[in-house]
Amino acid sequence: MAVFRESVPRDLPGKMMEINWSLVLLLALLGGIGIGMLFSVGGGSWEPWAGKHAIRFALGITGMLVIAMFPPRFWMGMSYPIYAFALTLLIGVEFAGVTINGSQRWIDLGPIRLQPSEIMKVAVVFALARFYHDLPTEKVSGLGGLIMPAIIIGMPAALIATQPDLGTTLLLVATGGCVIFLAGLSWRVIVPGIVASVIGLGWLFTYGLQDYQRARVMTVLNPELDPLGAGYQIIQSKIALGSGGFTGKGFIEGTQSQLNYLPEKQTDFIFTILGEEFGFVGGIAVLAIYALVLANTVIIATSCKSTYLRLLSMGIGATFALYVFINVGMVTGLLPVVGVPLPMISYGGTVMLSVLAGFGLILGAHIHRNATPPSGTGFLG
Amino acid sequence: MRADRQEQELKFTRRALLMGAGGGLAFLGLGARLYTLQVLEAERYALLSDDNQFNFRLLPPSRGRVLDRFGVAIADNRDSYRVLLVPEQAGNVDAALDQLARYMPISERERARVQRTVQSGRRFNAITVKDDLDWQTFATVNLHAPDLRGITPDIGEVRAYPYGPSYAHVLGYVQSPNQDDIDNDDPDAERLLRHPGFRVGKTGVEVARESDLRGAAGALKEEVDHRGRVIRQLPEQSTDPVQGRDVVMTLDTDIQRFAAERLGAESAAAVVIDVQTGELIALVSTPSFDPNLFVGGISSANYSALRENDHNPLYNKSIQGTYPPGSTFKSIVAAAGLEHGLIDPSETVRCTGSVRLGDREFNCWRRNGHGVVDMRQAIKTSCDIYFYELAERLGIDRLEEMGRRFGIGQQFDLGIAGVARGIMPSPQWKRARRNEGWSTGDTYNTGIGQGFTLASPLQLAVLTARIASGREVVPTLFRNAMTPPASHMGLSEEGMALVRDGMRAVVEEPGGTASYLRGIGIDGVEMAGKTGTAQVYSISREEREAGVREQEDLPWRLRDHGLFGCYAPADNPKYAVVVVVEHGGGSSAATSRARDILHRVVSRDPSSRAGVFADLAPADERVL
Repeated sequence: MAVFRESVPRDLPGKMMEINWSLVLLLALLGGIGIGMLFSVGGGSWEPWAGKHAIRFALGITGMLVIAMFPPRFWMGMSYPIYAFALTLLIGVEFAGVTINGSQRWIDLGPIRLQPSEIMKVAVVFALARFYHDLPTEKVSGLGGLIMPAIIIGMPAALIATQPDLGTTLLLVATGGCVIFLAGLSWRVIVPGIVASVIGLGWLFTYGLQDYQRARVMTVLNPELDPLGAGYQIIQSKIALGSGGFTGKGFIEGTQSQLNYLPEKQTDFIFTILGEEFGFVGGIAVLAIYALVLANTVIIATSCKSTYLRLLSMGIGATFALYVFINVGMVTGLLPVVGVPLPMISYGGTVMLSVLAGFGLILGAHIHRNATPPSGTGFLG
Repeated sequence: MRADRQEQELKFTRRALLMGAGGGLAFLGLGARLYTLQVLEAERYALLSDDNQFNFRLLPPSRGRVLDRFGVAIADNRDSYRVLLVPEQAGNVDAALDQLARYMPISERERARVQRTVQSGRRFNAITVKDDLDWQTFATVNLHAPDLRGITPDIGEVRAYPYGPSYAHVLGYVQSPNQDDIDNDDPDAERLLRHPGFRVGKTGVEVARESDLRGAAGALKEEVDHRGRVIRQLPEQSTDPVQGRDVVMTLDTDIQRFAAERLGAESAAAVVIDVQTGELIALVSTPSFDPNLFVGGISSANYSALRENDHNPLYNKSIQGTYPPGSTFKSIVAAAGLEHGLIDPSETVRCTGSVRLGDREFNCWRRNGHGVVDMRQAIKTSCDIYFYELAERLGIDRLEEMGRRFGIGQQFDLGIAGVARGIMPSPQWKRARRNEGWSTGDTYNTGIGQGFTLASPLQLAVLTARIASGREVVPTLFRNAMTPPASHMGLSEEGMALVRDGMRAVVEEPGGTASYLRGIGIDGVEMAGKTGTAQVYSISREEREAGVREQEDLPWRLRDHGLFGCYAPADNPKYAVVVVVEHGGGSSAATSRARDILHRVVSRDPSSRAGVFADLAPADERVL
């Protein structure tokens, strides 16, 4: 009974007109902040981080816009192959990965070094979105509708957990969970499911673990038990943030970071440097930008007509939100230390590229929001 | 189908908004957390950040020097070449030491000490591998230093005693503080005391004047990174150390060294004093030790050798040793007799070599007797019989009173520890100490400086100085501007002149007990003195019959102590010298040594320069 059928732009100029420039601007702002902070962390130098970050950012933004131009039909077709590719890379890491800081996360491809687990975060969203797009609504809460997503999430999660990379594993599972939730899983399944997993984890922790394993879990949950190890980072991070005060110590004036009290300051602890040098004002401003990015994403996702685009953009948005929340929660001492970067600001090529690729898909979803790609037969018809 | 799709769309929108709201709440939570850290607790974290960032490196002060009366440094600081190891830079400490061992010897003990320190301390603190290297070794290590990981050649400061043994007892020495030193000191000083290489005074002037000599530590503010490595120094926010104050002594290095040399290997003491002011010109005890050995930590073999030596090198005999004053005490007895008018100087006593008191026989040192002696003769020949008689007339109370006026039994405050009080006996003393009554025999013995009386060489020097000047001189060891001449003792000048004349005759007249010295050896200058022998062991009749007649026949431990107190010039006394030679076998062990020292100190006096030059052979061009 539609009065008019909203159109989907088909030619390049038409698509360009539909680009959500406010989202691009917000992302550019974050990238710029990242370049500035890495310039500061490098002691006021483009070397060794800020310059590379800027180049990656420029490439990433371009790639993002290119990705946005592809029609949803293309991505739907690519969803399972991309997932399969990411899974292959993850298995490859198991056998031919490069070990850095005691965990095997990287795969060396000559000039670039890839972190397959980062690619997998987007790939899982692809696969789930495609799966639910093909799945009739009434089957979402059925047994068949539960097993496949569990496999799609479970396989990469298990591989990443053995690297070991607990942070990414949790992030992956949480992202998958978000997509399942958005796909419309009945509360009748969600609530008992949550209760069952809490009890199950409790039981596992109490009876299923050796003492040393339990101790290791406790250290992850409460790093201050280990003040010279994991706790050291958090203590130093809190000192840096707290001493920044309301307005901060000034650009490149952060003593804690400039004197190397902070480990991983260019990656996971970049927010600490920001808080030390720009204070509460700077920290809140950056959080606000992230919040605006997310608000934009929610608006875009809800405006999409197809299940695939909705789940894809919202799933990517959820990943992004989880990144930010876990990272900031970690550096402020609210959450245990797990290696999660701050998107767009932390140094790291794969993260930057996968995040921007993800936002390319979101921008694409916005451009093609009115498209209604047909449901395929899928696995369960 | 459409309704179904719409419902599904609605459900998605609901859930997406729910998630968005959840995300918004989570972000608000992060904002609140930031507010807590950066606004509410900002001050606390700012302090922690400063703690992290700044380190105050202690700058130890230079220890004050000790100077003699002419400004010659007798305790000084010199550069010490040392090799430091920074474990963090070295990586493997053992390997670093092995490499270093190619250029300098490292003992197992040193190696173990370094390893211990590495394990206890922070790894970026420098550890002294070896102190006080000779230049050759230091230069070699320096040359190879760029190839030695974690090894840093360095120049520090170490205490040095340029005159070594001559001043060992007076100056004492410094050593690394032990736990007791740290506990007993000001708690604020603990960091300084624990500073590697820091030393505190342990004995002598070094400990007595510690508060002057030490100074105060400074602090250098340094910015350090997370591993404690220094990024930069902030001298404008640092405090400089306050150097220790120099301490000036009354001693004269030339005399001190000469006296030490002259006493040689004897177990002996010498004191040189200015008879007008009481300033001590020399305070020597032999044999001595090298205090420089103690600064770096003396080896236990060396230390037990010093402790077990029967000549007691660690003991400061000049102030700690007490001896019966022997005949040197007779001057006091004579002065007391004249002061109380109990004897006329021309009155004579017949000395037959012995005198009976009840059933006891008291001998004169000269078995054949001196014949008829007046006071001048009695002093000159040191006749015991005369002084038995005079002591009996005076009685112990007057003797004791006069002995104390001359400083016997008095503890002088020299400003260093270990000054002995000695004993000036009295009936009360004997009652308290031995629970026996005083006898006339005790008075006899006291009259010739034997019996219970004990005096240190310092007290004998005061006694000699007081006789020489008639002033109540008090010995001082530290110089304060100009020490004024002491006030007069209030004894009759006439009587004192008589005593002095007797003492001049001891040396300057034939028949005097020290006339063999043939005077001081400076034209126009005469000296005066009083010999003394403190009996250690009485040769028994059996031994005498067995052929033991002379002191030389006795084992060293049993020989008499030789004493001599003298001053010059006799007519205008300036300096007094006392020498005590333990087990010297008689006063002659002390007299020539004392005379030589007196000669030296009088020659150095500006007013007798003419005398010095006259004294020198014209051919001696080195001096001229």
